[in-house]
Amino acid sequence: MLEVKNLHKVYDGHGRRVTAVGDLTFSVPEGQFACVVGPSGCGKTTLLRVMAGLLPATSGEVRVQDTPVTAPPPGLAVVFQEYGRSLFPWLRVRENVELPLKAQGMARAERRELATEALAAVGLADAHSAYPWQLSGGMQQRVAIARAIAYQPRVLLMDEPFAAVDAQTRADLEDLVRSVWKQFGVTLLFVTHDIDEAVYLGQRVIVLSASPTTVAQDLTIDLPAERDQLTTRADPRFTELRGQVYARIQKVKAPASEGAPA
Amino acid sequence: MVAVAARTSRVTGRRFRSVTLGVLGLFGFAVALEVAPRIGVVPIDFAPPTSQILVALGEQFGESSFWTALLQTLRTWAIGLAIAMVAGIVIGVLLGSLPIVRAATATTIEFLRPIPSVALIPLVIVLYGPTVKSTLVLVVYAAFWQMLIQVVHGVADVDPVARDTALAFRLSPWARVRYVVWPTALPYVITGFRLAASVALILTITGELVIGSPGIGKEIDNAQQSNAVRTVYALIVVTGILGVLANLLTRLVERKVLSWHPSTRAEEVTVA
Repeated sequence: MLEVKNLHKVYDGHGRRVTAVGDLTFSVPEGQFACVVGPSGCGKTTLLRVMAGLLPATSGEVRVQDTPVTAPPPGLAVVFQEYGRSLFPWLRVRENVELPLKAQGMARAERRELATEALAAVGLADAHSAYPWQLSGGMQQRVAIARAIAYQPRVLLMDEPFAAVDAQTRADLEDLVRSVWKQFGVTLLFVTHDIDEAVYLGQRVIVLSASPTTVAQDLTIDLPAERDQLTTRADPRFTELRGQVYARIQKVKAPASEGAPA
Repeated sequence: MVAVAARTSRVTGRRFRSVTLGVLGLFGFAVALEVAPRIGVVPIDFAPPTSQILVALGEQFGESSFWTALLQTLRTWAIGLAIAMVAGIVIGVLLGSLPIVRAATATTIEFLRPIPSVALIPLVIVLYGPTVKSTLVLVVYAAFWQMLIQVVHGVADVDPVARDTALAFRLSPWARVRYVVWPTALPYVITGFRLAASVALILTITGELVIGSPGIGKEIDNAQQSNAVRTVYALIVVTGILGVLANLLTRLVERKVLSWHPSTRAEEVTVA
């Protein structure tokens, strides 16, 4: 599981102090699919980088599997927004997926099996020997997801992974992430700026305030476990939840001028 | 596939045309050098016509001393280049990965780098005399900087997202160098190699000519001493051919090793 306790992050540079994350506390239990939404510039990416151990916190702590994060923790995988730069163009699809396993010293046969399984799970069983740049954007992000799955993480972080793909591909990838989450039983934290996406995907939506960031709302998404692009999005409850999140974000966007947030 | 084929044929067509033009240009140059001395534009004693140079070149091909000298030159060149490559890559990766060391050495490098290798000739003669070792010092000194600068730039070019990815997946420092830093730097390494190869050839010939270590350069000096002007030119042509061959070889390696790189990708096909 994943715990964030009084996390505070200040960027200090060029004589300017910018508080990216004010005081953030929440925890994601084992196996949950949680989405984090917030207005743009609210420190979502900062939060994710601190959780991934890529950025030190100014104060407070992040715990993954009950261990404080000081460096990239084991059992945690990240899917970045910029798939084109996150995949290595000099490696073929299979080699990209296998690289983290190879670097761990895993035997060839074993990592081959994991890569094959992961690529099949994302619907790319035929693309093993292609180079990433020969694939469409959506397929490249599938490769990045396959790489994360093959790594067999307990916790999977996704940083606005579909922000750069077209709407139809995006819908397919959303359903793919749901199925991957169910199939592999990971704890999943999905960062997005898209309210519909957050409500459609998650069991829970954590709404962040504008910077300095705090948790503005923590909402349980009580939609049926079987989600479908057509029926779920047409569900009155979906519209209601979406409306709640939307109203909340509108409210936190300008807390200073609207008076103290409730 | 049709579009790809059309594109490929267009590319080969362009390549064919540029090769044809290149050969025509060279032929024109040879004709000019043939005609100029014959009509008295340049004195024929000091600038023999192309045909005579080619005859002298043919004579050289028949002599075993020429082949020995050629091999000696190639050997000095290759050894010097290899030392410069290895040193440039190892030190370049270290400097590029350790910003503190890089900052501490930057001024010293900027001071040493512009020193012309030939300025070291008196020093190496005192140290090693007219030997291959002397020439090697010059070759390595000149070629090393070319490699080093390229490698340092290449290492600095690692994409931040690629670096984060490697860190997040817990790649060890060595694995990051091997699988992320090295492939990123490879295009720079090959450019460095191309620059270093031509500089190394120049310094090999210079060393042989000035210091007198065995090789083509020394043969040029011998020919000049014995007033064999045509032979001098024939040997100069040989050094030119060496340079062209080195360049062709580098491009071949480049196309093979960097097939994934945007500059060499033959085709960009979207599978779906």
